[in-house]
Parts: sequence; structure tokens; C-alpha cells
Amino acid sequence: MSAQPSVVQNSGQVLPAGHEPANLGDILERVLDRGIVIAGDIRVSLLDIELLTLKLRLVIASVDTARQIGIDWWEHDPWLSSRARPPVEPGPRDPEQVEAERRPRVARRAAAREEWDECDG
Amino acid sequence: MSATAEPRTTGGDPGTGAWLHGVVREVTPAALAVTAGLDGVPVRVVRAAGLAAVVSGVSLSGYGEEAMRRNLEDLAWLERTARVHHAVVDGLSRAGAVVPARLATVHRDDDHLARVLVERCAELTATLDRLDGREEWGVKGYLVPGATPRAEAAPSGGGGAGAAYLRRRRAQLTARDEGQRVAAEAAAAVHDALTGYAVAARRHAPQDRRLSGAATAMVLNGAYLLDSTGVDGFAALLRTLGDRHPEIRLEPTGPWPAYSFVAEEPTTEPAHPVREPAADAARGPAWR
Repeated sequence: MSAQPSVVQNSGQVLPAGHEPANLGDILERVLDRGIVIAGDIRVSLLDIELLTLKLRLVIASVDTARQIGIDWWEHDPWLSSRARPPVEPGPRDPEQVEAERRPRVARRAAAREEWDECDG
Repeated sequence: MSATAEPRTTGGDPGTGAWLHGVVREVTPAALAVTAGLDGVPVRVVRAAGLAAVVSGVSLSGYGEEAMRRNLEDLAWLERTARVHHAVVDGLSRAGAVVPARLATVHRDDDHLARVLVERCAELTATLDRLDGREEWGVKGYLVPGATPRAEAAPSGGGGAGAAYLRRRRAQLTARDEGQRVAAEAAAAVHDALTGYAVAARRHAPQDRRLSGAATAMVLNGAYLLDSTGVDGFAALLRTLGDRHPEIRLEPTGPWPAYSFVAEEPTTEPAHPVREPAADAARGPAWR
């Protein structure tokens, strides 16, 4: 195997020309995880959107299809299955309640990051 | 901040809201016209406190609380929305500093959003000042298998085929651990060097391979805020670092709007262990 280092594989150009269509993963990472947090009136916590579930879906277009062909290992993963989403509550929610629910999730998510690294290959 | 949530309207059309893309100091109609907002509708501006918030007008039947909970789980919707949101922010960033809003920041009406601009004027203005003339570049580093010296050959010894297999296997594992350790050290060294060059830097958790789509593990996922005049120097430094560290492959992305540099405070940096997914093969099918 060549030990030749490559900064960018193509044409010796070091930095991309810029403003090319960006990779979806890179975009999602930024718009979901970064950017300024300004409290909107519509309270949809992005922490509700489990990034892992999301990432899996990037690969598995349809979970149902995956199950049909026997790909269901995530259901047996204690971390994944414990993060199953609760059913959506109808009606308005008390912001304090939302916040109270959010805190432990934030903590879990921080803890989960480490585990996530383990999933990473 | 006091609670700004209003009683929901019951029944009927829930009305429209303002989906915030980002905040700038000023924006020209020409710059606004460059990129359409959500659902193809042109973006518009809400001004207050000397700031301009660029928004998409959205129907709350599609972007209200319940609809969004549902929609954010729909990958096609999420991708479409994320791409439009990013395109608007990116378009704004070409004209000047922009503070990008996190996805799904929706206000029920312009007055509410204007109030937020007033409340957070000092912080937003300070951030815009900090971002003036600067851009974010990402650098991802991937492990290069086999770039590190192999561990010493397994000592020959007695025993049958089983023992020999175990020795070989142990040697393989040792070599892999060593490769990961060396790649992790290279990633840290590269990040330190780039951090020294950049105005500001963040090290994010590496992307999972299923997300990155790369053949090998990501060991560095860095973001660097650069003076626009310093991009060439950054590229040169990156080339030097790539030559110095053949054990990782460096891949720059950008320029990005400064997504990674607008949070009030940097999040605590997670540890970045490098692991080869030895268990993956046993766990399930390879994804690619």
C-alpha cells in the first residue's frame, strides 16, 4: 500500500473550490448540533430527534424493510432500545415540564456520546 | 426570558409562523433573492435592534409542534429542510457575517422574533463582530490502514494450528491497536497545529462511518475559524501536516458559515477514542 499522504485525492488541489453541494452528513451535523439556540415559540427539542436513529436511517431507508429482511440488531442493543421514543403527547405542554424532561436527556446524550464513539469504527 | 408561548388557537387554520434561518446586520433584496426559503417561498426579513433576521414564512400546520415532531423523523423531509436551511444560511454568509440558527427555530409571529432580537442584541452583535471577515473550514481525518509499521512478527513457537492461529490473531490485534493509537496521536497533533493557526477551533465527535460513508474510521472532526485572508496559509499548513502524518488522510470541507462558532460557550469536548469496529462484523451485516 502506498504511504503517500493525500490531503485531497483529486488533482492536487488542497482546498475544495467551495460552495459545492455539501455532504448530507456534514450538513445535518451542523444544522442539528450547532448554530445558535434561540428559543422559538414552537418548542420542538432537537434532543428529541435521536441522532443515532437518524444516522441509522441515513443507511436504512426504511426500517420496516430492514426488519423484513432480518436486519434488526439495533432493537437488541440496550442503548438503542432504551432510547426508544415515548409516544407523542397530544396538546400543549407545560414548558417547565418540557425542560424537566429535557435535562436528563441532555445528560444521557452526553453520556451517550462516549458510547457513540464506540459504535464508530 | 419570560415565557412567550401563547395559548394555542383551537381548531381551524393554525396560521403562519417565521422559521429563522440566521441573523445578519443587513441584507440587500438582491442577496435575499439568491436562495428560496422553505417550500420554495422567498425568504423575508424581520428587522429589530439594528439586526436583520432572515426567515421563511411557514404554515404552522406543517411546521407547528406536532407536525415537526413527526416530520423531523422523516428523513426525506429532514434532508430537504436541512438542505434549504443550510442553503439560505450559506447564501447569507457569502455577503457577510451570519449567525446561523439551529434547525427548527420557529416563532409564531414576527413580533415575537423581533423581541428576541432586542433581548439578545448585545450577544448577537458581538458574535457578528467576531465573525466579520472570517469563515469556517472543517477538517476530517481518516485512519489510513497499514500506514503504520506492523507489529513485530508473531514469535514462532510450539503448539498446534490453534495456538498458531491465536498468536497470529493476537499479533493482528496488537497491530490494529497500535495503528489506532498512532492515528489518534496524529489527529491530536494535526488539530493542535491547525488550532495554532486558526482564530478559533473546535473538535467535534468523529462521525460514525455509516454517516461519513468513509471506508475507515474518522479520527479527527475539527472545525476552524479562519480569517478569509488566511485560507491559503491554512491550505499550505494542511498540506504540510498531511505529509508529516501519512497515518491519517486529511479531508478539508468548506467554507462553511460559522456554525461551530456561534454558541455562547464551547461545549465540553468529548474524548475521542479511536476504535476499529471489530465487533461490527459479528453484530450485523456490513452497511456498505
